[in-house]
Amino acid sequence: MNHKKSFALAAFATILISSAAWAETELTVYTAIEAEDLKRYAETFNQDHPDIKLNFIRDSTGVVTAKLFAEKDNPQADVIWGLAATSLLVLKAEGMLEPYAPKGVELLKPEYVDKDTPPAWVGMDGWAASICYNTVEGQKLGLTAPKSWKDLTKPEYKGHVVMPNPASSGTGYLDVSSWIQLFGEKEGWSYMDGLHENIAAYTHSGSKPCKMAAAGETVIGISFEFRAAKSKAEGAPIDIIIPEEGIGWDMEASAIVAGTAKEEAAKTLIDWSVSKKANEMYNVGWAIVAMPGVAKPVPHLPANIEEKMIKNDFEWAANNRNAILAEWSKRYDSKSEPKS
Amino acid sequence: MAMAIDAALPTGRKLKLSLDRDEITKRGLMVVIALYLVVALAAPLYVMLSKSFSTYSFDLAKFEFQVSDKDGNWGEPITADALNQQLSVVPPAKLGTNSDGRLQATAFFPDFSFRSPVKYKIRGTSDDASFLVGLQLHSGTEWQEFGSNEFRRVMLRPSRAIGLENYTTYFSTPTLFRSIENSVFIAIISTVVTVGLAFGFAYALNRSCMRFKDAFKLVAMVPILVPSLLPGIALIYLFGNQGLFKDVLMGVPIYGPLGIVVGSVFFAFPHAMIIISTALAISDQRHYEAAASLRASSWRTFWTVTIPGARYGLISAAFVVFTLVITDFGLPKVIGGQFNVLAVDIYKQVIGQQNFEMGAVVSVILLVPAIAAFVVDRMVQKKQVALLSARSVPYQPKPNRRFDALCLAWCSLIAIFILGIMATSQFAALVKLWPYDLSVSLKHYAFDRMDGGGWGSYYNSIRLAALTAVFGTIIVFVGAYMVEKTEGFRSGRSAFQFLAMLPMAVPGMVLGLAYIFFFNDPTNPLHAIYGTMTILVVCTITHFYTVGHLTALTALKQIDQEFEPVAASLKQPFYKLFARVTVPVCLPAILEISIYLFVNAMTTVSAVVFLYSKDTALASVAVLNMDDAGDVAPAAAMAMMIFYTNAAARLIHLFISKVLVARTQAWRLR
Repeated sequence: MNHKKSFALAAFATILISSAAWAETELTVYTAIEAEDLKRYAETFNQDHPDIKLNFIRDSTGVVTAKLFAEKDNPQADVIWGLAATSLLVLKAEGMLEPYAPKGVELLKPEYVDKDTPPAWVGMDGWAASICYNTVEGQKLGLTAPKSWKDLTKPEYKGHVVMPNPASSGTGYLDVSSWIQLFGEKEGWSYMDGLHENIAAYTHSGSKPCKMAAAGETVIGISFEFRAAKSKAEGAPIDIIIPEEGIGWDMEASAIVAGTAKEEAAKTLIDWSVSKKANEMYNVGWAIVAMPGVAKPVPHLPANIEEKMIKNDFEWAANNRNAILAEWSKRYDSKSEPKS
Repeated sequence: MAMAIDAALPTGRKLKLSLDRDEITKRGLMVVIALYLVVALAAPLYVMLSKSFSTYSFDLAKFEFQVSDKDGNWGEPITADALNQQLSVVPPAKLGTNSDGRLQATAFFPDFSFRSPVKYKIRGTSDDASFLVGLQLHSGTEWQEFGSNEFRRVMLRPSRAIGLENYTTYFSTPTLFRSIENSVFIAIISTVVTVGLAFGFAYALNRSCMRFKDAFKLVAMVPILVPSLLPGIALIYLFGNQGLFKDVLMGVPIYGPLGIVVGSVFFAFPHAMIIISTALAISDQRHYEAAASLRASSWRTFWTVTIPGARYGLISAAFVVFTLVITDFGLPKVIGGQFNVLAVDIYKQVIGQQNFEMGAVVSVILLVPAIAAFVVDRMVQKKQVALLSARSVPYQPKPNRRFDALCLAWCSLIAIFILGIMATSQFAALVKLWPYDLSVSLKHYAFDRMDGGGWGSYYNSIRLAALTAVFGTIIVFVGAYMVEKTEGFRSGRSAFQFLAMLPMAVPGMVLGLAYIFFFNDPTNPLHAIYGTMTILVVCTITHFYTVGHLTALTALKQIDQEFEPVAASLKQPFYKLFARVTVPVCLPAILEISIYLFVNAMTTVSAVVFLYSKDTALASVAVLNMDDAGDVAPAAAMAMMIFYTNAAARLIHLFISKVLVARTQAWRLR
């Protein structure tokens, strides 16, 4: 009797212990990572940490950022993994991120880590502005491929250039802020004045100009290299042009959301997100990753992207966004109505 | 029933009592449903729209500086306000800003140099003053000391207040203001075209003896079965720069007003069709017999009998289409080009710049058509006469070869337009790489590799649609019944009617954000539904409340008010009348409402995009995400999956209707 009882108890205890060991922590992760990568990322993470279950809320950068903002008073996310750094800067300025220095953060390139100590966010991989040029349509129209940003203001491209609207797309703002940094305040705006004459449309999404170029809807799309390589891999007749002057760039980054109840698991994920294994994982699609010496060339992408990237002052770009967008809308939004 | 009368003839007093109890129950039910609308609509909207009065400005009196000389001896503390009065470096107009506003602290020190050895201190004079160092948020009254180089990075942050400044900013920004004109222009043209086409179509279905009526009914409903993004994609394939029929447009670009109007007509057509068809479905044969015996020409009969009878439906349809078009953002986003409209402005403000306050201002402006719709609706309703009296004889069309042929041609043209768009979409979903590799493949159906939750999201959508259809129909129809068949209580009914009209004018995006603000508030007792399927169902029912309500109302209006007094005099409680007469008579409308809610729940995007969670990803959101990511073909493929599902649901619905209607609508035939 007694033996039976104690045996049952022991068995019960074993079950309790083992289930405790296997108890999953669930993390709610907000992300803008492309879906086909996301699955792979989660699987790779769970190879090392099977006890943490990641529940993703995935959407475009703008929607995720707006959602985080709207939930500001009662955050639902534990971790942000893979959102544009420029978005995280806005969240940081609202005090919505929990500063944390992940293990091994010192191994990353310094520009991929938030300047404050401890850093509020850490970068994963970088993506840069580039031009998608449709060779088939260009040839039909007798155009020559542009080599630089300045080339895009040539009269021959009138009505053949599409770029994202900086007021609705982070990529668009990336372009505008990089031109001001490259050319200086005054010349930057006069460059955009000239470019505006050639613009056929300002789109609301950053990947769309390249998509339009890939489908021949336009000849030249100002977009970013990651999207361009994807279109090219699908067989679209586009050339990916890295303008000579240098290119603006942004990164995907991660952060802990301030006030999360699952700090330990969140830290584990952030620690892992800067590891070498993670960086190798990012490198499958992304040409530039945060850890030096890891990146291998990605098919279809020019090798010189990283050297062409400008020294982007993210803080300046974030702190001046409001003023720049107001000026941009004043100059081009009212003029961009169709002449009908 | 006759026996009941025989058994006990009621005394006057008793009759009054039972009537009262009925009225109390009715009003009670109405209050319950009104409460639903308040919680699911009015309260969240209030929270969202009150943001339009949140203004942000730099309160300079809240910041205090202290500056040292080269040797590090500190001077007297001075507020930014005092400095500005001395130096007038920041003009008052520049003090107003938005929630993202930043003001560089060095602005108050004209001789600032980041190389100088001068040191600076800053603090807030109250606890709510906040400033950034770089991007690190600081607040409070502690002094913080910086070297010159570091002080460059100090940015003052604005404080919040209540005011009208957002509105003045809006109306003094020509670009934003121009959007109003654009939106109204697009909406009016789309409304005229859509209502005209839909009326002809509904008329042919109800009043002619043309062939293939059932087939046309099916085709007309097709646009409602697909996400509004789809016509945009199809139009680009047809008329874009690489389009198959680009030359038809003779150089007019499809991007812009033309594309928005054509696409809007496509997706708004079925909505108008349902309402007008309901209005035309029930009519009294005796009116036409009277007109014929008075030797009125068929033209004259049309204008004096048909149009007045359908007037209520026509006006409802016009407002539904107008508000649908003016609030839709999916289509102008895909095909609008540079043609700014209000709904896209909200997108730009909220998604592009996280400027919820300005987004709220635009939303308030978008509500104006709803209020206009409400006012006109009240005015028309007063004049509406019940068409179906207890003595009515249902109208039976007679064959007329020329007229029937004309109807057939009209419906065929519209059907070709609709099917053409659908065929193009299916083509888009199958072609490998438009327009350079036209070989066909099924690779775009591998959704698990794409954005949006793969096939799981597809099943979630079906669950959402089924739940919305069941609960939505009950809530909508009971609500409409209470509003229509309750005596007195005028102010309550007006308020209810207003609430019921409101969802139509609320852009989904605004509703979605409003739900976040309202339901994600930890002090809200309903917080628990946040992130669940329930909130999606509630949101979807609310979002599509108006058309269901109008459909129910149009059907109910055609039942003579005499039925109620008769039932009352027979001492029958209202629920018996409701179950035995009202519901069976309105069954076609009720079935319409349920399928309408089902298919819209399958296709809706703009509101739920903010509300879905890990377990409740939706197929329609997947379409939007895939299109955004540039995967147009998979987006078209998923949209077509939604279409086939909805089409199947529609066919099942048709079958059920046939069976039920055969049982309940026999009285319509002589």
